[in-house]
Amino acid sequence: MSKIKAENVNVYYGSKQALFDVSIDIAEKEVTALIGPSGCGKSTFLRCLNRMNDVIEICRVEGSIKMDNLELNSRKLDVVRLRENVGMVFQKPNPFPKTIYENVAYGPTIHGIAQSKEEMDQIVETSLKKAALWNEVKDRLDEIATGLSGGQQQRLCIARAISVSPEVILMDEPCSALDPIATAQIEELIDDLKKEVTIVIVTHSMSQAARVSQKTGFFHLGKLIEFGPTDKIFKNPDNQQTQDYITGRFG
Amino acid sequence: MNSFKKNLLKKRYNAERRFQWYGKIAIGLALSFLAVFMFQIFSKGYSAFQKTWIVTEVHYDKELLLIDAESPSKDDLENADYYDVAYKAMTSLDPGLPEEEDRQLIQMVSYKYEAEVKDLLLKNPDYLGKIVPIKLTASDDVDQVHKGNYPRDIPEENRRVNDYQLQIYDMLNERGDILLEFNISFFTSPDSREAELAGIASSFMGTVFSILVCLAFSFPVAVLAAIYLEEFAPKNKFTDFIEVNINNLAAVPSIVFGLLGLGVLLAVFNLPRSTPLVGGITLSLMTLPTIIIAARASLKAVPPSIREAALAMGASNMQTTMHHTVPLSMPGTLSGTIIGLAQALGETAPLILIGMVAFVNTIPGTPVDPAASLPVQIYIWSESAERGFVEKVSACIMVLLAFLILMNLAAQIVRHKFEKKWS
Repeated sequence: MSKIKAENVNVYYGSKQALFDVSIDIAEKEVTALIGPSGCGKSTFLRCLNRMNDVIEICRVEGSIKMDNLELNSRKLDVVRLRENVGMVFQKPNPFPKTIYENVAYGPTIHGIAQSKEEMDQIVETSLKKAALWNEVKDRLDEIATGLSGGQQQRLCIARAISVSPEVILMDEPCSALDPIATAQIEELIDDLKKEVTIVIVTHSMSQAARVSQKTGFFHLGKLIEFGPTDKIFKNPDNQQTQDYITGRFG
Repeated sequence: MNSFKKNLLKKRYNAERRFQWYGKIAIGLALSFLAVFMFQIFSKGYSAFQKTWIVTEVHYDKELLLIDAESPSKDDLENADYYDVAYKAMTSLDPGLPEEEDRQLIQMVSYKYEAEVKDLLLKNPDYLGKIVPIKLTASDDVDQVHKGNYPRDIPEENRRVNDYQLQIYDMLNERGDILLEFNISFFTSPDSREAELAGIASSFMGTVFSILVCLAFSFPVAVLAAIYLEEFAPKNKFTDFIEVNINNLAAVPSIVFGLLGLGVLLAVFNLPRSTPLVGGITLSLMTLPTIIIAARASLKAVPPSIREAALAMGASNMQTTMHHTVPLSMPGTLSGTIIGLAQALGETAPLILIGMVAFVNTIPGTPVDPAASLPVQIYIWSESAERGFVEKVSACIMVLLAFLILMNLAAQIVRHKFEKKWS
């Protein structure tokens, strides 16, 4: 079942066009990986899905992106509500320089999700458990989050993202700043999360895309070259460019 | 390795060593200037923290005091005539002196000696009718002689202390009747035309009030302006124009702001002249651009990833700014504020223009009372001819420096606290 449906999305930075007629169907409760060489537009596309491109003044998005029939690329859309439903995890772990507890509780606080202190404690605990971080931090929730290791910080950011129970989580190269062990933990986590959430992940690592995703899209020079089941993309792609990229001939 | 390469390597090492030496010399020069400056001020100023007293005896004679009542009330003591009693206390130092020469003895103490004689009795009513020792403030000339700041070997007609007074001074000094004690009145008295009585209480309070007013006006305005410009304002020609103007404002000579204060605050708004209120507002015009620039720089320095994290969580622009960006930028903003205030603290020219240079011999209790300020006080005293003011100037500079150091210390502590909390 389709969760997000993008049609003919064009993105411009000033006069420079970054995405050309991208159309893609992202299925619900699946992991969709976006791969491609640097600067191919995969992050730009990802940021269209929670309107983070709004922050960049010169950025202009055309086309239609629908999530459950709600048009995302519309002036009338309330981005605050959208981002409550579409969480994001960034390339570099970016916890707030506050306590671990405050980091996870921030989203529920501003969206008024928890009614009481007990409820908030419960949300923080479940989120941290889902992010496989609870056991490591349960005794030091009031410590400053920036003191955690890189992998822990990234899992905290995931816990922060799922604290408001979003329907979609966008991940922008979430493991590129982490070591292999932390990466393995995050991948395991993604596997668990997809039971409840739709995940779109941008990654540079083709093996990661192959491991965690069900669908893969290959971007090149701002165009979506090929999109399909991960197995097919990696074993038997239709397009020569995809074939070349996957076999490491360029990129 | 061939000789060419060897030479090149040697040159590189030499260049680095030379550069390090330039740096060391620069630092050494700066430090030695500072040391000379400090030595100058301390060696000249430390004596102002001590005050010379002349000890003599006073007879609280009821008859001379013109008190008739058997057991006089407080009012009787208050209204008594102390002229003769005080006069006798001084002339008794040399009973053989002909009456027409009395002035020479009287000149050795401050002109307020009569009040000091009165105060002692008011504090100790049981001294009435008794002969008791009393400490009188020495005149600034005797004070300077005692502190060794006054050359005794120049011809008498060029000296403010004549041979007879020196002779009395030597006699008293030998008896141990010249005291040198900590100068409390330097901190508790307002300004005076007499060096021995002049203090910094008025100018100190004036400075405190001015800085508080300055802080109250400039900090909120500057921080709000910086937040709006940095986080909310669209980037266009108009905001560029504002930015250029703020940067220019920071370079405007302070005297121009003084003229603005004079022309607008005093002439148009009719605020009270010579007051810390007007001084503070004038100074805040100066500190505004400094704080705005510092606050904007520290807002800019907050990593964009924090903003993205908050926005991606669904925080509005306002929430992102208030919950994350502003608290993280506070240490930088605060140290910018302190730098701005420290500049304002030492500012003289604008305060002179709005009338804070007036002679004020009362201690201001509110920001709308007339007052001087420490740098202006330094300026006023350095214009005075009496030798007694020389040490006061240096002492006042020391107080100003101490004020500055305290402010910086406070800034460091506040900064430290905030940083601990946020990272």
